[in-house]
Amino acid sequence: MSTILNAFSEAGALLASFDADFLAIVGLSLRVSLSAVLIACLIGFPLGAAVALFRFPGRGAVALMLNTFMGLPPVVIGLLVFLILSRSGPLGVLGLLFTPTAMIIAQAILVTPIIAALTRQTVEDLWREYGDHLRSLDARPLDRLGTLIYDARFSLTTAVLAGFGRAIAEVGAVMIVGGNIDHATRVMTTAIALETSKGNLATALGLGIVLLVIALAVTATVQVINAIGARKAAIV
Amino acid sequence: MSARQSILPLEVRQLVFEASGTRLLHDVNLSLTVGQRTVILGPNGAGKSLLLRLCHGLLTPSSGDINWRGAGTRDRAIRHQAMVFQRPVMLRRSAHANITHTLKIRGVARSERRERADAALALAGLSSLADRPARLMSGGEQQRLALARAWITEPEVLFLDEPTASLDPAATRAVETLIEGFHTAGTKIIMATHDLGQARRLADEIVFLNKGRLVEFSPARSFFENPETEEGRAFITGDLLW
Repeated sequence: MSTILNAFSEAGALLASFDADFLAIVGLSLRVSLSAVLIACLIGFPLGAAVALFRFPGRGAVALMLNTFMGLPPVVIGLLVFLILSRSGPLGVLGLLFTPTAMIIAQAILVTPIIAALTRQTVEDLWREYGDHLRSLDARPLDRLGTLIYDARFSLTTAVLAGFGRAIAEVGAVMIVGGNIDHATRVMTTAIALETSKGNLATALGLGIVLLVIALAVTATVQVINAIGARKAAIV
Repeated sequence: MSARQSILPLEVRQLVFEASGTRLLHDVNLSLTVGQRTVILGPNGAGKSLLLRLCHGLLTPSSGDINWRGAGTRDRAIRHQAMVFQRPVMLRRSAHANITHTLKIRGVARSERRERADAALALAGLSSLADRPARLMSGGEQQRLALARAWITEPEVLFLDEPTASLDPAATRAVETLIEGFHTAGTKIIMATHDLGQARRLADEIVFLNKGRLVEFSPARSFFENPETEEGRAFITGDLLW
């Protein structure tokens, strides 16, 4: 019980101290996860919408894969990215292993299926409503895709938040490809894992509370912006 | 619009539509020409919407032909048609943006879109609602917006699927006035309705469907004054036929 109480005071102290090392960890966590989510959106939105909209051989299999890959184990993805980026791997020459870029790549791979799968569902639902109109206009496939993604934008923020939640909370992949190097690739989740293994339970828990607060802050910000926008466009 | 060569006449031959083994439209033969306002009349489930959707190209026939004789080898016939649905499809955007979206899809330059959308909204009496989210407008306003959106594509043929089925008399009148505007401008009107009063007001010729069959195809006046079939007579007098 005292550990938990200590954790809260540790968390408070951490937040109040503006400790440079601590802020660097928080900053890197946000940078890696937000970059990964951005990349995943750029791939996942059009991919999910295309699977929803276009009939092609193997479409069912792709949809099944996207849904399955939503639950990819982070350590497995971390391991695969590690093998690809390691010196003897196919992309070893790039020298990306144990850098934030490697962490962004691994998290983007984890998040893309989530955003693509949720986009597919959202766009498919909207197509049911818009389909007649867009086909009557004889809209080109890319115009259909653009219209649906744009008009689904408020529903799609849920997909983005799900992806962000996955990225910011994930430890296995960033640990393997980042290596939890102090002042280089240490993020909040790997720091928590480290402090726990060192026996600094209060510090670990304190970091955990800060992580939750940050996730809450990001989500709340997105939701408020979203609600204002949605009201303006009369989605609800 | 009238200066150009028209995609009409529309020739429908031996048209059959089946869904999961049930034949919903039986051997429909029809020839529609320029100028006449065609009203497809019939009770619910007669196949009116199906016939419109097949002619517009939203559905593929199970067998038979739909031929736009005047379209020839120039671009796709559907590009010269527009359709307004019973429940208008409103994009999650402002009234104005609903129209500029259509202009964009049809390749109109960005610099022209605003002005043309303004003109279309004015025509539909919606200028004051330009910035209103389309989905917050009333049913009548939405249907007028759908007509304005069809107007800016300058269609040669306008399909209307029970456009006033869920509107009050005032909104219905406003919509019918806009439809008259299309007709005056030279657009061929092909409208489905089960509203006899509306058919009397708007139709030049009647396509009367019942249970998926074309029962009568005749000038409006003769259909209403002297229907050729028992089914037609029963429908006009309100003795519905099931």
